[in-house]
Amino acid sequence: MHNTTTSTTTTEQPTTRPRTHRWRVVDIVVASVIGVATGLLFLFWNNVGYAWFSAADALTPGLGGIAVGIWLIGGVLGGLIIRKPGAALFVELLAAVVSALVGNQWGIETIYSGLAQGLGAELVFAILAYRRFGLVPAMLAGAAAGAAAWTLELFLSANLQKSPEFLGLYLTTVVVSGAVLAGVLGWVIVRALASTGALSRFAAGQDGAQRV
Amino acid sequence: MSAGPSLRFVDRVNPVTRLAAAILLTTPLLLSVDWLSAALALAVQLVLFAAAGVRPGTLAARCWPILVAAPIAGTSMLLYGSPSGTEYWSFWLARVTDGSIELAIAVAVRVLAIGLPAVLLFMNVDPTELADGLSQIARLPSRFVLGALAGARLVGLFVEDWRAMTLSRRARGIGDHRAVRRFATMAFALLVLAIRRGSKLATAMEARGFGADVDRTWARVSRVGWVDAAMLATAAAIAVAALGAAMWAGTFHPVWS
Amino acid sequence: MTGAVAPARVEARGWAWRHAGRKRWAIEGVDLRIVEGERVLLVGPSGSGKSTLLQALAGVHGGEEEGEESGTLLIDGRPAAEARGRAGLVLQDPDAQVILARVGDDVAFGCENLGVPRDEIWKRVRGALDDVGLRLPLDHPTSALSGGQKQRLALAGALAMRPGLLLLDEPTANLDPDGVEEVVAAVHRVLDRTHATFVVVEHRVDVWLHLVTRLVVLGRDGRLVADGVPARVLAEHRDELLAAGVWVPGAPLPVASAGTPGRSTAEPVLTAEALAIGRRRGAVVREDLHLALPAGTSTVLTGANGSGKSTLALTLGGLLEPLAGRVRPSAALAGGLRHDPVRWRSRDLLTRIGTVFQEPEHQFVASTVRREVAVGPRAARLASGEIERRVDEVLARLRLDHLAAANPFTLSGGEQRRLTVASVLVTRPQLIILDEPTFGQDRVTWTELVTLLRELVDDGVTLLSVTHDTAYRDALGEHHLELRGHQRVGSAR
Repeated sequence: MHNTTTSTTTTEQPTTRPRTHRWRVVDIVVASVIGVATGLLFLFWNNVGYAWFSAADALTPGLGGIAVGIWLIGGVLGGLIIRKPGAALFVELLAAVVSALVGNQWGIETIYSGLAQGLGAELVFAILAYRRFGLVPAMLAGAAAGAAAWTLELFLSANLQKSPEFLGLYLTTVVVSGAVLAGVLGWVIVRALASTGALSRFAAGQDGAQRV
Repeated sequence: MSAGPSLRFVDRVNPVTRLAAAILLTTPLLLSVDWLSAALALAVQLVLFAAAGVRPGTLAARCWPILVAAPIAGTSMLLYGSPSGTEYWSFWLARVTDGSIELAIAVAVRVLAIGLPAVLLFMNVDPTELADGLSQIARLPSRFVLGALAGARLVGLFVEDWRAMTLSRRARGIGDHRAVRRFATMAFALLVLAIRRGSKLATAMEARGFGADVDRTWARVSRVGWVDAAMLATAAAIAVAALGAAMWAGTFHPVWS
Repeated sequence: MTGAVAPARVEARGWAWRHAGRKRWAIEGVDLRIVEGERVLLVGPSGSGKSTLLQALAGVHGGEEEGEESGTLLIDGRPAAEARGRAGLVLQDPDAQVILARVGDDVAFGCENLGVPRDEIWKRVRGALDDVGLRLPLDHPTSALSGGQKQRLALAGALAMRPGLLLLDEPTANLDPDGVEEVVAAVHRVLDRTHATFVVVEHRVDVWLHLVTRLVVLGRDGRLVADGVPARVLAEHRDELLAAGVWVPGAPLPVASAGTPGRSTAEPVLTAEALAIGRRRGAVVREDLHLALPAGTSTVLTGANGSGKSTLALTLGGLLEPLAGRVRPSAALAGGLRHDPVRWRSRDLLTRIGTVFQEPEHQFVASTVRREVAVGPRAARLASGEIERRVDEVLARLRLDHLAAANPFTLSGGEQRRLTVASVLVTRPQLIILDEPTFGQDRVTWTELVTLLRELVDDGVTLLSVTHDTAYRDALGEHHLELRGHQRVGSAR
């Protein structure tokens, strides 16, 4: 991934510019592009990440959760870039739909996962009133998406049938993985994108990018 | 979503109905972890898809990730599923017992029963028709559905870009080493291109009046008819029959207990 | 299309726009009046806000979130933002304005958004496709269209909305000569029939000159510099226009034309023997090609669209595998390596064959201009002092030193092109292959590039350029290869 040492963005500061919560066409289209791209990343990770997930899970209790974070990155990317209510949910859900319809081992239920994971991330951005989009909110969103994924899997993967020790370990790894692989990585990607000028039509690409 | 061999009956069903049928068929199966309901649903599905024209070769080519995933999910359950009955083997937290063996078989079959229908039902779905259905039949907001459709088409165009990027990495002396880093720079560059084009596409769409507060008309009509009703009825019947059989046979095992 | 539409009237008074997050106005003080049915060509240097103005006229420059506006901009006396549908807009990038997967659906899209009844939509779709000369089935996939066809499709999409004002933003900049001709002919037909008011932005003035009645020149800050009958404006403001990168018709280019191939008797650096090319196995585009690239000479490779020019260049560059035959390097080029270029390691190519791709953004891998240029020398494992020295030298030579810390993706088109050349030059390859190097360049950046390449050839570097650009061929075509029909490569001059 690109280094972003030249950028001096301080996205912890809430922006002062008046903002509306209504989605513009460019918000919808770019959120969709990111969602579909994330879905394609999932298709790749459904094989690579799942290989780790299953190897670790078959041999160790719950450590497979370390790989889960990548599947949660859509919500973080959507929330950080679009900054509108529902963006985290929309991007993660669309990514899941792409992953499901192109074909994966979890079928239509991938969409339920996308819904739960997207809601987890969305909740964090909503609690922060869609005003904070720094590293910490990103990590919280990733962690919350992980917790939501864990909760859904209790039913979806019948994990309720597993031992409490497994579930405890699994929750820990999923939440940590969400905070790091979705939260930190997502934040790094958004900063790198902002430094390319690709986000110039978005607040995420305008903060601190006072070029002229 | 790419084109596969044409299917009898299925191809005439509205994509939205296919989505609904997949949900209707597989969601109830999530309620129970037992081999009977999953196996019964899977058996009926296989018979019906075979009748619609899915050949074993197509099945393997389209569904291999699911075929691989099923035994893996089973293994995890075998080791960590709640123990009960005789214990055969244990190591740290892993315990293989009568109970976990039964759960493992149930989960492996369940992955197949849940995964196959989605892939096979969506084999020939045209994204434009799906979007039409989602807007006109399911009444989802058209701004989002059409925006997503246009965005998705844009990403689909990136095969050529990817190829050019691969060649350019070789030309720049970094084509032989550090494959992960190379993949990351290409994926990132593709994302930049996609967002750039997406921003321009949004302008082009707005210039065609998209997103305004006018009531939109539809050049293509998305229709549902008796074939759609028949598919939904079939999906529901399979789910009910599978769960009913499990209850009748006493193997029904809700996930929460 | 039968329904006559009244042409629109445009009026700007002190209009200005500033993008969000910027201190400087992108364009300000615009005072402009365009009457019904007028045909205006709008030119100006890059950064003069021409596109911003066009987008504002189309009512799509984004709301408060994307910037702020002052002054007034009216279409038929109403604010432009409220007159959406009165103006049809066609943009520069053909790939970024195809909206749907099938030709008919794409043209219908605008009508649907305006709430036109279904029967009427399909009538308009057929009419609009007819008007732009796209006689294709309605379910023809849009992904299978050429660049010129995509631009005509976008034009049809705009026409189907029955606009009184047609706005084109550099519609032919990304097209080859055939595509340019197609688009201009389609616009001509449409205007003669609809009499719509017409505004086009383009650097290639000659493309539109026969069609427009008025030429408006914007300065660097967006203020009007000149306005009037094209012939008069071109004569009176020639120097300003040339400085702004406008291709003033008839103005001689400040570059020498290519000499006769004096050194072509030299040993060729690269020889193709019974070569078959294609992007993948089994998809042969061309076969039985025989050609040689004379050392220290600039060779230009031309041919129609789809004739396999780029594929040939990539194959000669050791990037694509020959499907049959071979590409043989001279002993001097191979420098001790025994195999053909496609078998060389990636970093062995660096000092031997450099390739500049058509799309600069396909090449970028680093986050600053400086690091981007250093990628090659690093891969070649030069000492770090040597890397620094060479990077500094190349950045200065290509006037990129002031941009060393900038992100490559944020550069302008001309700067991006210079950067891709810089990152190839820095490892000093003996042969440089360029794919459409002058695509989308204005006259100023074009001249810079051609002058630089001329210098390289004079220094003894061998060049191979794939191009459609006749001026480029005149300047650098010491040796000319043409891919004709499905024949062998002919040597012509």
